[in-house]
Amino acid sequence: MSEVRKMQQRIGLAPGGKTGDVLAQEIIQRFPQGVTVTKATLNRFYAQVDKGMLLKLANFMKEHQDFEHVTSVGGVDWLAEKKMQVVYHITSYANKVTAELVVDLPRDKPEVDSITPLWGGANWHERETWDMFGIVFIGHPKLERLLNPDGTEVFPFRKDFVSGRRV
Amino acid sequence: MDLRLAPNAIGMTSVEFMAWSTDLMEQLAKYTGIKKAVDKLTAPIWSWAIRNATVPLHFGIACCALEMAAASGPRFDAERLGMIYRSSPRQTEVLLVNGWVTAKLRPDLRRLYEQMAEPRWVVAMGECAISGGPWYDSHNTVQGVDTMMPVDVYIPGCPPRPEAMIDGFMKLHIKITKEMKGTFLDE
Repeated sequence: MSEVRKMQQRIGLAPGGKTGDVLAQEIIQRFPQGVTVTKATLNRFYAQVDKGMLLKLANFMKEHQDFEHVTSVGGVDWLAEKKMQVVYHITSYANKVTAELVVDLPRDKPEVDSITPLWGGANWHERETWDMFGIVFIGHPKLERLLNPDGTEVFPFRKDFVSGRRV
Repeated sequence: MDLRLAPNAIGMTSVEFMAWSTDLMEQLAKYTGIKKAVDKLTAPIWSWAIRNATVPLHFGIACCALEMAAASGPRFDAERLGMIYRSSPRQTEVLLVNGWVTAKLRPDLRRLYEQMAEPRWVVAMGECAISGGPWYDSHNTVQGVDTMMPVDVYIPGCPPRPEAMIDGFMKLHIKITKEMKGTFLDE
């Protein structure tokens, strides 16, 4: 039995499945520019994605790499660096791999393409990220307040938000 | 009451006659002391009946709802004191607010309170319902349920034990007994 197959068995992978580093290699070959794979292990890989490449990469991952499921979408606010990040965790049940994609956005205009048309599960995650961080997801079917009541004018998870009694 | 209308009673419509005679009866009962006497006799019965059926609304918001569930379990058995949970606000008399109230929940909770029939009481259970608790400076938490409705009993604790909750209801019983509300001929 080959070494790769042993490792595949260790994480319980089906014979046709691919490990995380194989998937990362495929992505590196397919997207030489715009996508930087920072780390790849057996069941995870981490990538830094340009804003414009996100939808193409997501399409490729969905169509050719069996990523079926968006586990979470979240935001990070970097006040000093004047940028915002959106972090996607996308999972493949077939390959047992979770991919973490990070997209950098300028803080004064945080806009990124929505992946809800590809994976419906991202709908409320993106809505909540907009609700809390004010990151606009272009193409989202219903970008409205989710946890805060309608008419809230602040984005509470931003670092320059001053907490205090409001209600 | 206008007794001068008595000769015209035969010519009244039924609605007019009912209004006139009802008014006559009520004012008679009120000014001759009948209402006072009947209230004195029946008020203890009413208050006994009311305090034995302090039915709380089954509306668990946060972790205090677990204490509420424990209180209705076999160990504490709050049901023997009349605390049987009902799911419809029309059937309940006590609004037991057990947990933080977010800004999004506030209109719905106020609506539940308004849907309950009189006589009704509000019990604020736990720090969150009393003053906001750990979320005292939160952007999205109502700082105490008494900012939006009158509260009768506060049960402190985070969360209060089931005994504390039952004790709060005993305080409510004392309050109901003290009020001793007579309702003879009241709307």
